[in-house]
Amino acid sequence: MILKQIRLLFIALIIGGFGINLSFSNPQHHGIESEEEIENADKEAFNAGEMIIEHIIDSYEWHIMTIGNSHITLPLPVIIYHEGSWITFMSSAFVNHETHHKQPILFDENGNMLGEHGNIDNAVFGLNIMKDGPHKGKIAYIHADKYIQDHQIVEDIEAGLPIDISITKNVVALWFSIFLMLWIFISVARGYKTRKGMAPKGIQSVMEPLIVFIRDDIAKSSIGEKKYEKYLPYLLTIFFFIFFNNILGLIPIIPAGANVTGNIAITGVLAILTFVITSFSANKSYWVHIVNTPGVPWWLKIPIPLMPIVEIMGLFTKPFVLMVRLFANITAGHIIILGFISLIFIFGAMNAYLGYGVSVVSIAFTLFLSLLEFLVAFIQAYVFTLLSALYIGAAVEESH
Amino acid sequence: MELVSPGMGLIFWMLVSFGLLMFVTFKYIWPAILGGLKEREEEIANSLDEAKNAREEMKALQSNNEVLIKEAKEQRDGILKDAKAIKEEILSAAKKQAVTEGQRLVEEAKKRIEQEKMAAITELKNEVADLSIKVAEKLIKTELESKNKNKALMDKLIKEADKQLN
Repeated sequence: MILKQIRLLFIALIIGGFGINLSFSNPQHHGIESEEEIENADKEAFNAGEMIIEHIIDSYEWHIMTIGNSHITLPLPVIIYHEGSWITFMSSAFVNHETHHKQPILFDENGNMLGEHGNIDNAVFGLNIMKDGPHKGKIAYIHADKYIQDHQIVEDIEAGLPIDISITKNVVALWFSIFLMLWIFISVARGYKTRKGMAPKGIQSVMEPLIVFIRDDIAKSSIGEKKYEKYLPYLLTIFFFIFFNNILGLIPIIPAGANVTGNIAITGVLAILTFVITSFSANKSYWVHIVNTPGVPWWLKIPIPLMPIVEIMGLFTKPFVLMVRLFANITAGHIIILGFISLIFIFGAMNAYLGYGVSVVSIAFTLFLSLLEFLVAFIQAYVFTLLSALYIGAAVEESH
Repeated sequence: MELVSPGMGLIFWMLVSFGLLMFVTFKYIWPAILGGLKEREEEIANSLDEAKNAREEMKALQSNNEVLIKEAKEQRDGILKDAKAIKEEILSAAKKQAVTEGQRLVEEAKKRIEQEKMAAITELKNEVADLSIKVAEKLIKTELESKNKNKALMDKLIKEADKQLN
């Protein structure tokens, strides 16, 4: 985040210093618009909400920086499954070469892309990154004929979502974090092999306290001395995966800086994994507890099975809460930090010097919040792992 | 809304990537790390046990040493005491012997003196007897020569004998 601040401050200084344009243009909010609209867009006031959302959601390209009106972005591959075949192209295909604004792409019946000079009469379907509506931010089909006839608002001619396994910004960040994790832990594992029985050294001594902490204070104490070993690898993997991604999310430059653990898809998959492991390792007494909770008056079970309903709901609320907690905490941290950064531009739009003044306060606050987020990064990884361990522990607990 | 609507593509890639990550870490990384950790912890525990045992042994040895030293001291004291006693004994015996020897010597000397004395007396007696015999001889001889002469000779001889005696 600190580098993000510096970057944004640098941009602010350039914009303010040359007095060119105080608007903060963003990479995705221009579709096919009229000339007037395009002109207006340059003078459009800085929209803090939009900027923040753009920074925390997934994206088909990796926006690195904006200087004036030119965006420096890393285009990423788009992979769409359409009627029995895979269509792949780079996300830069959505950008108009002249106006640098986003526009839909049209395809013929064979799934070939019709370029800017292609014969649009052959167009059968189109794809567009939605900038509004229920599928905002995702690639959706649009009716090609309606689009060609009259340049309607793209959102009105949407025709559903394709099967889309594009390598988005979060996928790249995910891969980077996995690569980093493997790189670090392979060297740690090698340390244990080459220096058998000796004191840890280098990165090994950084990771060892964390590994021992998870083993002793999370796995052993929550699952129990006898059974913890089976679940320890899973707990270690989710802890370090979440921790690494939380930390990477705080570093504002590529290849870090994506909001991976603040994405509901990622936290959802992690929560489902915990749910699956919990359910599959549960013993008989766990299920008996759910269906026929002991120590509860019979009239809560028969004729209306109130207690079983509550228990079965509890089965699903546990992973749901896991998913939401991690997602909300990390996203909230990013929103607050981006909010403070936005303040600079909001005040800067009123008066350049006011912007400079506010930037001092804003950066002080962002610095403080970044440190707080560093703590949150650890705490959330810890909480997710601890709760997963507790759920597993409850499922494998011997009946008493 | 886009914040809470999960992207299907991201879910797909997350499942694939995280699955691979789990596979690799479960199979190669965590066993190596956890095994290494366990091994080292056991080694440390063993070493601590060994150190404790060694310390106890040392303690036992030390108390053993003390006993040995005590015994040695006692022995030394005993030896010294014995030596002293022997010394005293020897000394007193020597003294006694010296005294008896001295006495014996004195006695012997006395005896010797007595013997010498007796010898001298005997010799003297013999001499006297000899002299007497000689005197008698001479007397007899002179009696034969003259009565007067005998008488004067007799006095003279007695005088001579007196002189000799003294």
